[in-house]
Amino acid sequence: MTIRSMLLAGAAAVLMTAGGAGAKTLVYCSEASPEGFDPAPYTSGTTFDASSHPVYDQLVEFKPGTTEIEPGLAESWDVSEDGLSYTFHLRKGVKFHSVDGFTPTRDFNADDVVFSFDRQGNKDNPYYEYAPGVSYEYYAGMDMPTIIKSIDKIDDYTVKFTLSEPNAPFLADMAMDFASIISKEYADKLAAEDRKADINNVPVGTGPFEFVAYQKDAVIRYKANPDYFKGKAPIDDLIFAITPDPAVRMQKLQAGECQIMPYPAPADLDALKSDPNIKVDEQPGLNVAYLAYNTTQKPFDDPKVRKALNMSINKQAIIDAVFQGAGQVAKNPIPPTMWSYNNAIQDDAYDPEAAKKMLDEAGVKDLEMNIWAMPVQRPYMPNARRTAELMQSDLAKVGVKANIVSYEWGEYLSKSKDPNRDGAVILGWTGDNGDPDNFLAVLLGCSAAESGANRAFWCNKDFDDLITKARQTNDMAERTKLYEQAQVVFKEQAPWDTIAHSTVFMPMSNKVTGYVMSPLGGHDFYGVDISE
Amino acid sequence: MIRFFLGKILWLIPTLIGITIVAFGFVRVLPGDPVLLMAGERGLTPERHAELTHQLGFDRPIWVQYSDFLWKVLHGDLGDSLVTHKPVLHEFLTLFPATVELGLFAMVLAVVIGVPVGVLAAIKRGSWFDQISMGTALVGYSMPIFWWGLLLIILFSGILKWTPVSGRISLIYYFPNGTGFMLWDALMSGQKGALTSALSHLILPSIVLATIPLAVIARQTRSAMLEVLGEDYVRTARAKGMPPRRVVGVHALRNAMIPVITTIGLQVGMLMAGAILTETIFSWPGIGKWMVDSISRRDYPSVQGGLLMIAVIVMVVNLIVDLLYGLINPRIRHR
Repeated sequence: MTIRSMLLAGAAAVLMTAGGAGAKTLVYCSEASPEGFDPAPYTSGTTFDASSHPVYDQLVEFKPGTTEIEPGLAESWDVSEDGLSYTFHLRKGVKFHSVDGFTPTRDFNADDVVFSFDRQGNKDNPYYEYAPGVSYEYYAGMDMPTIIKSIDKIDDYTVKFTLSEPNAPFLADMAMDFASIISKEYADKLAAEDRKADINNVPVGTGPFEFVAYQKDAVIRYKANPDYFKGKAPIDDLIFAITPDPAVRMQKLQAGECQIMPYPAPADLDALKSDPNIKVDEQPGLNVAYLAYNTTQKPFDDPKVRKALNMSINKQAIIDAVFQGAGQVAKNPIPPTMWSYNNAIQDDAYDPEAAKKMLDEAGVKDLEMNIWAMPVQRPYMPNARRTAELMQSDLAKVGVKANIVSYEWGEYLSKSKDPNRDGAVILGWTGDNGDPDNFLAVLLGCSAAESGANRAFWCNKDFDDLITKARQTNDMAERTKLYEQAQVVFKEQAPWDTIAHSTVFMPMSNKVTGYVMSPLGGHDFYGVDISE
Repeated sequence: MIRFFLGKILWLIPTLIGITIVAFGFVRVLPGDPVLLMAGERGLTPERHAELTHQLGFDRPIWVQYSDFLWKVLHGDLGDSLVTHKPVLHEFLTLFPATVELGLFAMVLAVVIGVPVGVLAAIKRGSWFDQISMGTALVGYSMPIFWWGLLLIILFSGILKWTPVSGRISLIYYFPNGTGFMLWDALMSGQKGALTSALSHLILPSIVLATIPLAVIARQTRSAMLEVLGEDYVRTARAKGMPPRRVVGVHALRNAMIPVITTIGLQVGMLMAGAILTETIFSWPGIGKWMVDSISRRDYPSVQGGLLMIAVIVMVVNLIVDLLYGLINPRIRHR
């Protein structure tokens, strides 16, 4: 027997075990193709579902089903008194995956951590632009180049991050997908063989599943990592069957061609719920849809006018007609699954009569305004055009004439950032890291008002002081109190009409056990099992 | 004859240059900035925007970008996708076999059913068969593909459970070094049940994709046949006592086929359009769906490269059709 034929026989034996009766396979009907398998250059959830979630780990991780932080590749960490340095103590004995052409010779260590971040921030790193056009938008978008001053390897199992200013959300940032730890040894090998781009094609991580193969736009195959540091996953094989159409996904689930699917069409929910072989989990999404007034322009600079307009819009009608029930009315800018959500706040109730009176008192007559409706469907907003039409008819009842405007999506995003923009914009946000700062500062802070990410151009000193203080302290109880107060200021000032938080549904076969929905919207299959 | 062929082929050159201009221009005429779309709601600073635009070369004068594109095309390089960062040509060639397989199957279905139905409808003009088949063809032609595909899935896969819902082959089969032509790979693998599985996955999408071309071919065959059947030489053939089967099969059909072949050639272009929807419904990893995704992301290199490749293929098919005319009808090549 030659070595080659021995290898072939071995491979065949492995395949037979994998495909045999004993192996448990979970098929997930995913909604789209991943853009690549290196999570850092991308920002879409679909790509993370296929890369960072199954294949990679981060220093710290989100506890399943929550936005709380728990140890990941770092067993523990210390934060200095001044909040400026974070020292991570790394887990020992963690193995990277083996793939065709690469077998790790050493365990995970501090070099991998330093490399994983250095490549995103250091222009001289060979992986900074490993293929034409690669750029690290999430790293830049989360402000990492400003926040991180330096990253130092103290020893093989200790890494110190020094920040340029205290930043409490930093720990949550380290649990995000862009912060996935990749193997430096693998990257070096690829660089030596002049095929750096393969880091985006064949991922090597430490996560619960090892990448096996990707047939473009069709199937992704993974197998359970037997050496996973939290223990091998209950299933042996994980397969993504890429199925873009929601109605077809549902048919596949019902026919048993897959066991779990995301994003059902709202119209199909009743049929899915009534199928005895299927259960449907649901959870409020970590998102918000809003209508942002331009608070620098008359008459929208007057909080009374903004409140009156909010009171004239029937949000429940929007939930019923546009979200078809798959959502809930929003009263705060952050969703209810997020810590520090202030449930004591009373929403401005729908009351056209009172709204009309308030507008009269504010001296607003024959108001004509634009409502901007996005041209695309987003997770937080199924149909902005229809929402705008409902708002238009509600506003007409209080004597306000609303015109609906729209642009191509890219143009919409950039034009709505113009401080001279006319009218109110429908837009929304999906949370990145489960930290309230990721909503309140990104969307409503004063510096965001300058960059335009704050589409209301609303810069309120009280509010900004509260969220700045909350960002700079690491005391969770203190932060919660500050964010709760910030939500009170927000409601009084009403720079937005908070429209809705959408509901996320996850239909699956009754045989699937142990699936936990993530409030962050990602899909994780570690811990999932299939009962016979 | 050779002059006729050469003339046809020489015409390809200006057409190809025209296509590069259209393919390059088309995606840039669409409003939308790929850099902004990449960032989404998160947005980016004006400096970062400028940096990325520069990195991608979109800040260069348009004619520089075009000549760069043309130069690379002449060297067989269609550029890299802005999204996957892989060579566009590689992506195209990965997905193309799936579209070809589906398209060929659909085309064969459309011709094998469409031509005989058209002939029969013409011979039995006004009969119940003529009326029913042409009525059905009209319905088929106006059928919204998306709805039709879903209807077939619900009936044959959902209720009757005769066919699989979507995909190209059952997930238990996997051919890492295959050609991408699933039927061929399944056959060559020698694995039990693989070919049957691949065939059963092809049935519904082929029917859906074939529906419109089938309707067009059936109607075209019928009207071409009717015209030919009224010609003097057909009457002569009949008058001299030739068996009806030979009159229709040889004298009439051969002449009626000329417009039908034109139609079939043109349907190849239409198949590409149909493939976009069919591939989306049936999760078929082909170039139709890839083009739609690339357009919505304003992935300039993928869109212009993909359009160019598709245009070249449609042109080649039409060239073959033109050459076939010459073979079928000597009058054309001698004109």
